[in-house]
Amino acid sequence: MNGIAYTRFELLRTFRNRRFLLFALGFPLVFFWLIAAPQHNKIISGTGLTYATYYMVSLASFGTMMSMISTGARIAGERQTGWTRQLRISPLSVRAYFRAKVLTGYGMALSSLLVLYISGSLLGVSLPAGRWLGMTGLIMIGLLPFAALGVLVGHLVNTDSVGPLMGGLVSILAFLSGTWFAITSGFLHAFGQFLPSWWLVQARNVALDGHAWSARGWITVAAWTAILTAGAAWAYRRDTAKV
Amino acid sequence: MNQTATAQTEISTQAAGGIRLHGLAKSYRGPQGPIRAVRGIDVSIAAGETVALLGPNGAGKSTTIDMLLGLSEPDGGTVSVFGRPPRESVDAGLVGAMLQTGGLIRDLSVRELVAMMASLYPNPMGVDEALEVTGLKAIAGQRTHKLSGGQTQRVRFALAIVCNPELLVLDEPTVALDVEGRREFWSIMREFAARGKTVLFATHYLEEADANADRAILMAHGRIVADGPTTEIKARVGRRTLRATLPDIDPSRLAGLPGVASAERHGDAVILSCVDSDQSIRALLTQYPAAKDIEIAGGSLEEAFLELTGEPDADEPELVAR
Repeated sequence: MNGIAYTRFELLRTFRNRRFLLFALGFPLVFFWLIAAPQHNKIISGTGLTYATYYMVSLASFGTMMSMISTGARIAGERQTGWTRQLRISPLSVRAYFRAKVLTGYGMALSSLLVLYISGSLLGVSLPAGRWLGMTGLIMIGLLPFAALGVLVGHLVNTDSVGPLMGGLVSILAFLSGTWFAITSGFLHAFGQFLPSWWLVQARNVALDGHAWSARGWITVAAWTAILTAGAAWAYRRDTAKV
Repeated sequence: MNQTATAQTEISTQAAGGIRLHGLAKSYRGPQGPIRAVRGIDVSIAAGETVALLGPNGAGKSTTIDMLLGLSEPDGGTVSVFGRPPRESVDAGLVGAMLQTGGLIRDLSVRELVAMMASLYPNPMGVDEALEVTGLKAIAGQRTHKLSGGQTQRVRFALAIVCNPELLVLDEPTVALDVEGRREFWSIMREFAARGKTVLFATHYLEEADANADRAILMAHGRIVADGPTTEIKARVGRRTLRATLPDIDPSRLAGLPGVASAERHGDAVILSCVDSDQSIRALLTQYPAAKDIEIAGGSLEEAFLELTGEPDADEPELVAR
């Protein structure tokens, strides 16, 4: 019925969860300061971006991906304890349930982003308001495939394996998408462009000229969103058919 | 019983029609072929009744409840809850349930969790009222993952009633509780039922059905084997078995002892099925002082059910083998 109150409680739960605070907020923050602080004004060759700008967005993409995929951990946990069944005998619609989960993921992602923006600003990242907003907007859109991935993982995996799966997946994606070091040419560069996380990291280029995604970026993100949404719907149906 | 009589007058018009299960059937795929969990049952429960669904494990109680709540679709037959399909009654906030298994989600206080559940319904009772009824006021501020088993069950009960349902369904709610926890739980349940609510609870304890329901429906192997006032059911399945070593006495004479329903001989031993074992043992010892090695055992529900169902089913080889 009232999905708003439900979403509010979901957010409240999430921000009380220490593991979330550690992985989605603490981890990227610590790495940002470790990597970027010593040489924050230096330009990384081939990118035209300072260390501070580059790693602010890179680690934000890491934290926000983690935020979205961790929806999967919450769904898996609720399935395992039987809470999902309890909700199914309430008027809360399936749609409202997933909306709340995805909005909570976005809430986490935004807070992760905010923490890194603040840290970036402290290390000299200075952008016009429009570029901050543009960058944020692109990251939000770039997270759509990961919202679907969270739901997919939540219905496919049990609570024991969801943690390692998420950690492993995000680490690999981060590596292939240029989170830790700039990938400007070669095979990794060609391959990375097929990944949704690549374009998430590319949102950093808004800082350069206000423009970050080519048509290819938009198509890649849209395709992954479609594929993973279909996968999530399939996993959900398969899961609930078992009662 | 008299609770029901007064309650009948308070039943809201929404609850008219009661609960009707007609020809309900459900099978599952098991490792050795299909398991026919529910085999065509007909149940009609009037609004305001408190009914126990009684049966051993595997009788089909939970499967029936799942279909009643709209959690699973029957293979055959229909379910009507207050004149509508289960899903509609659930959406209208007429149904509250405590499922057999189910934990609480963490990182919320008891009050917050109850409020979260209340927020999903059109006409919930106040959160304070739900906490009051379930005796959770004192621990309302505690986090849900720091509760004892008894407290957790009470919170789950609060979650089931906070929508102020007309029908409350409880699937073996006291399985994990100690004696004190059970006593407390049922007293809370009876208080809620006294508001004129329809209550259906599943249990495999005859005593729970007897103490807390007006009527019991007995299920075994997916069928209903008896349905009636709990007093009547208790008389039928509440038998005890008296076993004694007593050679050379014709069992037909023993069958005539007070409180004995039937008697049979196994070698030197006699086995008496007793309606009232207290009377039977007094009479036995008075009339046959030679009786020794006496044991009295409460008949298990399983045995009682087998007796009621009579011939085991042809498609249940495991029963024939027993």
